[in-house]
Amino acid sequence: MSKRQHISAVVNGDPVEFLTDPRATLLDALRDDLGLTGSKEGCGSGDCGACSVILDGRLVCSCLVLAVEAEGRRVETIEGLADGSKLHPLQQKFLEHAALQCGFCTPGLLVAAKALLDANPNPTESEARYWLAGNLCRCTGYDKIIRAVMDAAAELRQETV
Amino acid sequence: MSDVLDRPAAAPLDDGHLKVVGTRPIRPDGADKVTGKAAYGADLALPGMLVGRIKRSPHPHARIVSIDTRRARALPGVKAIVTAADFPDLASEEYEAGESAANLRDLSLNVMARHTALYDGHAVAAVAATSSAIADEAIALITVEYEVLPHVVEVEAAMAPDAPVLHAHMFTEGLAARPDKPSNIAKRNAITRGDLAAAFAEADVIVEDRYVTAAVHQGYIEPHACVASYAADGQCQVWSSSQGQFMIRTYCAKVLDLEASDIRVTPAEIGGGFGGKTTVYLEPVALALSRQSGAPVKLVMTRDEVFRASGPTSASVMHVKLGARSDGTIIAADVVLKFQSGAFPGSPVGAASMTALACYDIPNFSIVGYDVVTNTPKVAAYRAPGAPISAFAVESAVDDLARRLGMDPIALREKNAVRDGVKASYGPTFRNIGYVETLEAIREHPHYAAPLGPNQGRGVAVGFWFNVGGESTAAVNLNEDGSAVVISGNPDIGGSRASMAMMAAEVLGLPIEKVRPIVADTASIGFSMLTGGSRTTFATGMAVTQAAQKIVEDLKRRGALLMDVPVDQVDFVNGAVVCLDPAKGKADLTVAELAEKAAQTGGPIGAQVSLNAQGAGPGFGVHVCDVEVDPETGHVTVLRYTAAQDVGKAIHPSYVEGQIQGGVAQGVGWALNEEYIFDRGGRMENAGFLDYRVPVASDLPMIDTVMVEVANPRHPFGAKGVGEVPIVPPLAAVANAVRGAIGKRMTSLPLSPPKIRAAIDAG
Repeated sequence: MSKRQHISAVVNGDPVEFLTDPRATLLDALRDDLGLTGSKEGCGSGDCGACSVILDGRLVCSCLVLAVEAEGRRVETIEGLADGSKLHPLQQKFLEHAALQCGFCTPGLLVAAKALLDANPNPTESEARYWLAGNLCRCTGYDKIIRAVMDAAAELRQETV
Repeated sequence: MSDVLDRPAAAPLDDGHLKVVGTRPIRPDGADKVTGKAAYGADLALPGMLVGRIKRSPHPHARIVSIDTRRARALPGVKAIVTAADFPDLASEEYEAGESAANLRDLSLNVMARHTALYDGHAVAAVAATSSAIADEAIALITVEYEVLPHVVEVEAAMAPDAPVLHAHMFTEGLAARPDKPSNIAKRNAITRGDLAAAFAEADVIVEDRYVTAAVHQGYIEPHACVASYAADGQCQVWSSSQGQFMIRTYCAKVLDLEASDIRVTPAEIGGGFGGKTTVYLEPVALALSRQSGAPVKLVMTRDEVFRASGPTSASVMHVKLGARSDGTIIAADVVLKFQSGAFPGSPVGAASMTALACYDIPNFSIVGYDVVTNTPKVAAYRAPGAPISAFAVESAVDDLARRLGMDPIALREKNAVRDGVKASYGPTFRNIGYVETLEAIREHPHYAAPLGPNQGRGVAVGFWFNVGGESTAAVNLNEDGSAVVISGNPDIGGSRASMAMMAAEVLGLPIEKVRPIVADTASIGFSMLTGGSRTTFATGMAVTQAAQKIVEDLKRRGALLMDVPVDQVDFVNGAVVCLDPAKGKADLTVAELAEKAAQTGGPIGAQVSLNAQGAGPGFGVHVCDVEVDPETGHVTVLRYTAAQDVGKAIHPSYVEGQIQGGVAQGVGWALNEEYIFDRGGRMENAGFLDYRVPVASDLPMIDTVMVEVANPRHPFGAKGVGEVPIVPPLAAVANAVRGAIGKRMTSLPLSPPKIRAAIDAG
């Protein structure tokens, strides 16, 4: 057994500290050490995107990041997307468009969509589809997800104009 | 976008003035699901909880000579180790609890191999330890000695007389005489009508082909997961992600020889199932580990385990021969279906046989199915089990027939369509079906007349699913503020909380926001069959509606009491009890007012209904798909897709559309990308989402839906099941579109680029 490492990071704006096995993933640390179970493990190999988080501004699969790599870095997860109890426009649009069925891929898709709109506030449908191609959804056929993302993008653009 | 083709609804409660049913409110469980708060199977943590792991066979077929757990047991932190020796050796017995009857012995042997490992990934032992690292180490320290046996994967190879036999006790059922030696063919079934040979002799046109489909996985994004706790007094608790908490309870009790009444199962949120979570893999093992260790145990599958040891649905080889008159009347159909069932019998070949010709009124046919065991994971239900497979073959053949006859593919299907009063190929007589209306919806859709470009093709296919009813319980309780709680026992797999709440709100005259639906554990609500067969909105919805109706009757009684008028002088209108005699000058009493005064009129207000719902209306889908084939790479792009379906009555249209769109996406994946690939050693080569490629957002266009509403009069709002039909047509719709694009009939799924290139190159 390897000795646990002490990690300090900022998660959703708050400073956190935790002890982690050097082999543990950031996803393990979020879920098991910090109790942030909104990020899901669908594959553990970076293929499904259910564990998507934003690490220092970059969209990553947290199952492909070691927990120790979070030292001194900023992590944004699904739990930090809403402003308190006020939903982010993406969350609101996902609800309005019925863009979820089982909801398991939803946290990862929302985080990935947030990263998309941070990088490109006015994506085409095709850009949105390719950006979200790393997030598997088996329930919806993506139709309503894409509509929700495009609608949220439009709403966010109006707010900032 | 989507449109609704309305027909006068015959359903009793749909008087054209529905306020909630048919609208699109935000789902009641939505906020938790977009904020990461919803708790799925792997999200629960209990104090003192151990981590479980399963050791799996690396061989597709091997005798288990010995299992040595001593070194693993000696590892500090290991708290329990179980093998088949820790489970009762069950007798062979059919038991009805999942999607279909299961043989309890087979179920138990699939949970934990005894004597023989029958597929790569078959569980042979399990551990529970204080950390995942220790559990992993313990798994590696368990030594299993195997005697490797010859294996067989392909269905026709398994049917060969010299094939390695999986089960020495298995003799083919359904033959005229009992065979004299065991076989991998578990069962032969046949459905026949008329005089097939004479009909083919009369036919002006005959088409015939052989079709092959690969095994595909349901592909739910959430791996199987559970926590189980066995207390010192024998009381068990299980928290798990499944399609039915009562199914989990029953199977755990049977596999472990426990009393069902000693097991309480709480459903976690379920991250997709599609039929694949209608059985047990982990729960009995977690309970056995908890019993041995005295601590709660969590078991979660990896994606590799999900592929190797759960699901999939059958690979198949099929033959279809159709005979028609020159006017397009199909007079003869000969269908042979050979389905791989995996390590134990129970492929969906029966349902595939019953659905194969269900859209057609054909006087002479023979449908023969074979259920064949192979050294692959035992198949599990997958959305309209079996129907997409036989529809792929039949709908491809019908497309060929239309080309041979020079007929429009919809016109050919209309000419031979089943209608009300026609005796279905599988037995009953159709009533209140909307198949012809659904064909018309596609024929009249702008998509059907849109021009195509070079290398593009258009395909049409139809599909059928029975839909089922069955046993359900629901309770509705009024709160003191006049809001309501709807309690049911069906896991919400795709928005059923919303539809349950909406039906209750409609009956009670409440706004949807005033009705909270919950899915209860097995100790908190009466029995319900699992969520499957497209039964929940129909059957559980019927229980919810009837419970709400009982409350309305009670409210009328209470209102009359408070108004001091006879009960026959009041009615319930728009959420209030009103006095029918205006001369009496009685003010209306709202649900909230009646709830507040409940103590004066008899106490708390609530009702529970348990029923066995009959009369689920069958569903029909008609799909049209446009593809473009890149002649250089053989890659197929789906350009446009429109799916029409008879849904009875859409309770929440957005989630009905979602079911249709999701089914189409899965069907497109089945047609183009997805397949189990085994190496020569019988091991799955692509047990991960990188190499088992399900459709991603950039693979698909928007999926247009048309909801045709031909009401089912046996449901209070006219609903029919909607979840399964939409996966039935896409395999053939895509293949027929590819046929149009490249001028070649592709008969083997998936239509991967190398196969398309080979077909193009063959000239």
